[in-house]
Amino acid sequence: MDTSHLLSIRDLEARFRTEDSEVTPVRGVTLSVGAGETVALVGESGSGKSVTSLAVMGLLPRPAGRVSGGQILFRRRSGEMVDLVSLPLPELRKLRGSEIAMIFQEPMTSLNPVMTVGEQIAESVRLHMGLSQGAAMRRAEEMLDLVEIPNARHRVYEYPHQMSGGMRQRVMIALAMSCNPSLLIADEPTTALDVTIQAQILALIGRLQRDLGMGVLFITHNLGVVAEIADRVTVMYAGQVVETGSVRDIFRAPRHPYTGALLNCLPARARHREDGRRVVQSIPGSVEFVNGGCSFAPRCTRAADICRTDAIALENEKERSVRCLRWRETFA
Amino acid sequence: MWLKLGQRLVSLMIVMFLVATMVFFLTRLAPGDPAALMLGDQATAEDIAQLRQVYGLDKPIIVQFVLWLKEIARGNLGHSIFLQRPVIQAIAERAEPTFFLALFSVSIAALVGIPAGIVSAVWRGRLLDQIVSGLAMLAANIPSFWLGLIFIQLFAVRLGWFPVAGYGEPGAPFLERLAHLALPATVLGIVNSALIVRFTRASMLDVLSDDYVRTARSKGISEARVVLRHAFGNALVPIVTVVALTAALLVGGAIVTETVFGLPGIGNLVVSAVLRRDYPVIQGALIVVAAVYVLINLLTDIIYTFVDPRVRY
Repeated sequence: MDTSHLLSIRDLEARFRTEDSEVTPVRGVTLSVGAGETVALVGESGSGKSVTSLAVMGLLPRPAGRVSGGQILFRRRSGEMVDLVSLPLPELRKLRGSEIAMIFQEPMTSLNPVMTVGEQIAESVRLHMGLSQGAAMRRAEEMLDLVEIPNARHRVYEYPHQMSGGMRQRVMIALAMSCNPSLLIADEPTTALDVTIQAQILALIGRLQRDLGMGVLFITHNLGVVAEIADRVTVMYAGQVVETGSVRDIFRAPRHPYTGALLNCLPARARHREDGRRVVQSIPGSVEFVNGGCSFAPRCTRAADICRTDAIALENEKERSVRCLRWRETFA
Repeated sequence: MWLKLGQRLVSLMIVMFLVATMVFFLTRLAPGDPAALMLGDQATAEDIAQLRQVYGLDKPIIVQFVLWLKEIARGNLGHSIFLQRPVIQAIAERAEPTFFLALFSVSIAALVGIPAGIVSAVWRGRLLDQIVSGLAMLAANIPSFWLGLIFIQLFAVRLGWFPVAGYGEPGAPFLERLAHLALPATVLGIVNSALIVRFTRASMLDVLSDDYVRTARSKGISEARVVLRHAFGNALVPIVTVVALTAALLVGGAIVTETVFGLPGIGNLVVSAVLRRDYPVIQGALIVVAAVYVLINLLTDIIYTFVDPRVRY
């Protein structure tokens, strides 16, 4: 993988200690985000999307979780490449909130209920941009304006509980953008919102992304959202990346059977079929059941014996990659 | 807000009326007659009857109750049967040591308990947490009279750093009087810090896994600021509650500790009044203590509104 990318994750592996064993919710995640590019990270619940994003921020829940392998290379504003996995914590803190920012899934609980939204934005601005309290509050006001919160002058002094979920997510976005990050990680930022608000928030993120030229890693399980905002897509299944490609390629000609099955679940596609809506067969892949072979094999309609025994590498071809032994036969 | 406060005051009046009722009748339930106790074994039935008349003890109990309520409503707590002075004066004389003892004890308990609880929560499960939790368990189970005696033996008798007991000569300088509180306040502080440690720890553990703490970390601020500003700020409500509760209990007089250290406080006043069936003093002291208790609760509710913007009156 080249160093032209803003973020490149290579063979990331993360482990969590549980009561009596250790699980590996993420193993072999390889993906990249270019400057000004939006990459969607797609997968079902438990596929390791959030763990991957938290690993980038160095925010895996301690002491249970840790990164146990791989690299997370990030290009700093200075041009220097750093490995976020091995970067000392004080150095990582300087990047958090300033060069890499994150928006979380739950707008209702992700803001501090006992601080005004202005203070919460200003705190970050003071720290990373070295502004005075007064200037930081003005910056907070500007940011609320930027995310289209009406009456920003007064709303900086409001507490999160005085705002709706959609407003709070706007505040989260304002907070994330406040120090002009070059990379934004958005972990299902619209999942908890109702549909009309979802569209507004997506449009907002899209606009800011274009205006500010950020790279965005957008985590979602909603393929409709992916089609709308992403340039490229990385699909995860049971802790592994199974396919990567441009939105066009993935939607037109998926190579991994799991991607194909996901796309078949889209209502727009299902309408063309006689049997209506499709579902992906059987239970979601659990990382605990995997022992060698393709983790999707138990649910795959095209699995052969070889799929259940051999470890399968991510196969790269130009801008695409896929982790399937038989993709040429099934989708060619 | 004013409406709410008004409602609050009305309910406080009702509480105080119920307290007064219970105090009055429970006191009368105890057997014994102050007049007989006062006059001693030699007294004739006639003498006793006369004294009972002087203090109104011969009237029907309901009449006594109504008369007493009327006086209380006017702020008059009556006259002590034994101390030969108004009850209010007797309480005022004893209030200082109890008030400062409570103040210092709560301060020590909070200053020890809150940081210990935070440390314990942040390093949950580690050695430091185990030490703190172990000490808190120990402190919760030490009888205060025993710790008091040990302290007197060690710091007053052996080392001579602090006075052994009492509250100084009447009219002694203020600071000298306060020096008498050092040992008892430390004892009560240690004993009461245990509960505060446990509440703080539990409350911090609760908030440390909240989403906004993760958000705070994602902003790149220092861990100290994450813990003290973001987590602690949200953990405060239960902590304020337990500190206020401790304060309220101590205002009632730490009877055992006051006795061990020979402090002329409210606790001692009530105990001796009970032994002598000095009804006006018992009733008056309990009313005052209950009023302070209720006021501390009101104050706590007001503090909540500062601690948590979601709480409104």
